[in-house]
Amino acid sequence: MSAVLDVRGLKTHFFTHAGVVKAVDGVDFTVSKGEIMGLVGESGSGKSITGFSILGLIDPPGRIVEGSIKFNGEEIANAKEDRLQSLRGNRISMIFQDPMMTLNPVLRVDTQMIEAILAHESVSKHAAWERSRDALGLVGIPSPEERLRAYPHQLSGGMRQRVAIATAFLNKPDLIIADEPTTALDVTIQAQIIHEAQKLTKQTGTAMIWITHDLAVVAGLAERISVMYAGRIVEQGGIDDVIDRPLHPYTAGLLGSVPTANRRGKRLFQIEGMTPNMLALPDGCAFGPRCHARTEACGRRPSIEDIDGRSLRCFNPQQAAESVI
Amino acid sequence: MTDTATDPALSSSLPAKVETPFQRFRAEFFESRIATGALAVFLIIVLLAVLAPWITPQNPYDLAQVSVMDGRLPPGSESFDGYTMWLGSDGSGRDLYSAILYGLRISLTVGLASGVIALLIGMAIGLIAAYAGGRIEAIIMRIVDLQLSFPASLVALMMVAALGKGVDKIIFALVIAQWAYYARTVRATAMVERGKEYVEAAQCLGISRFRIVFRHILPNCMAPLIVVGTVQTASAISLEATLSFLGVGLPQTEPSIGVLIANGFEYMLSGRYWISVFPGLALLLTVVSINLVGDHLRDVLNPRLKK
Repeated sequence: MSAVLDVRGLKTHFFTHAGVVKAVDGVDFTVSKGEIMGLVGESGSGKSITGFSILGLIDPPGRIVEGSIKFNGEEIANAKEDRLQSLRGNRISMIFQDPMMTLNPVLRVDTQMIEAILAHESVSKHAAWERSRDALGLVGIPSPEERLRAYPHQLSGGMRQRVAIATAFLNKPDLIIADEPTTALDVTIQAQIIHEAQKLTKQTGTAMIWITHDLAVVAGLAERISVMYAGRIVEQGGIDDVIDRPLHPYTAGLLGSVPTANRRGKRLFQIEGMTPNMLALPDGCAFGPRCHARTEACGRRPSIEDIDGRSLRCFNPQQAAESVI
Repeated sequence: MTDTATDPALSSSLPAKVETPFQRFRAEFFESRIATGALAVFLIIVLLAVLAPWITPQNPYDLAQVSVMDGRLPPGSESFDGYTMWLGSDGSGRDLYSAILYGLRISLTVGLASGVIALLIGMAIGLIAAYAGGRIEAIIMRIVDLQLSFPASLVALMMVAALGKGVDKIIFALVIAQWAYYARTVRATAMVERGKEYVEAAQCLGISRFRIVFRHILPNCMAPLIVVGTVQTASAISLEATLSFLGVGLPQTEPSIGVLIANGFEYMLSGRYWISVFPGLALLLTVVSINLVGDHLRDVLNPRLKK
């Protein structure tokens, strides 16, 4: 499998009046053709900023200060705006969290979808309309002709997210970045949306980065998972390896805090403390102060290392995992 | 998992009748009786003004039809030419009913034309400011601030004093006096809209910045623009009347409402009230009806005031 996206040492910092916020501070990952990668972390861990960095949509005071983003072999970190604009919505698409907000309320669905095609291709309006209709059919929207004529407020949340997904797939992109696309939906609709997304990536060979804080979603969807904490990836590997046998105490803690049937009656594990202040990260391991397995070694900053076919940023991996699961 | 294409829960979520935002807006607008009434009054005034040449006994601009013999006749008198002057006549012998309708033509033309032109100019400038950002935006908005720190009537007064009399010059002066209100409104709304997620989503679709501003942001700015537009049109009409009343607006030979009021002013103390009062009432009715419509538009279009 060839790598669609190869991110190396990506650093996106925000230069605010209060100081430099290192929202993304050295992130590496690769996404192959047709692969779904889960990018997991809590709020403020830098997972969304990673997505926006790939699209080149970081607004001042933020900017990509270091690292490379290779898309199909082409370097796109800090690329020219018109090159990025020709990629956005065409080769790389994005799906957002809140479908209530991402469709323009005063434009009809067909206007918005046709526009997304015509921004990148010179085809007739009618051809674009037909493609939009077919795309809506693909994501399981009944009577797509009617929905195309509708305004966003006439559609339910799940329906709008389907429209957003259909729009993302319109130009058959190589990569889709889905930023918590199911968080704003109720659980039954969530399952349907995940199903549609999975089906479409299989059909089209589109690679996908699924950004979420919900491990349960990723477990059933992704092939690989990257766990982010405070702007860095702390653990990365195959989905089954990481979910069944987490090595990093943070991953283990996240998994331990999910209620499951086979641990019925037992107290859930709780990660101590709060999300760190991004302006005043601890000197050593960023997770150190909250870690239940910390040792003296954690006063230094761990580097990312490959263990058993996965990447890890921790000094005492094994020990960490056993204590919570 | 069931096949979602045949899920009955999905097919019921679209209302049978496709209701456009405009239809919803129209239904909400006509809920208010006062606003509906005000709109009706305004439309009647417009109709009367448009039809003036066919429904008035005299063309007050045609000096051959105006007789000094008819000067200052009280309401209901018969004119030299044999028709009844229901609202009386002014000092030059113009039938007031005819003069008011003809005057309304001028007032409405001036008000609407300057309103529309100022709206287009202000909208373009405000959008450019929001689109360009940075130094260009700062310069434009400081000019707007500077302009808005003077009363509109003062700006208009200075403009007509420099330009001279005439309908075109009045319109120009009013545009100069009012564009800044539109520019500020559009820019403020565009700034709010620019931060919304649908703009980010449009960026992610690779749509050009120019298109995002004019195609996505501008339609979302229309609601406050319409409200400011109605209120500013009403104020343009009264501003024109003010200028004409002060004698710097329109010439005596083309009496607008303001000129008529000014003409009658000298006779007020002698008891010939009708020369000023009837044109004044016409002006009042026009401005109040537009303002009532504008007020209600604001209520309907402002999502924060929604029930």
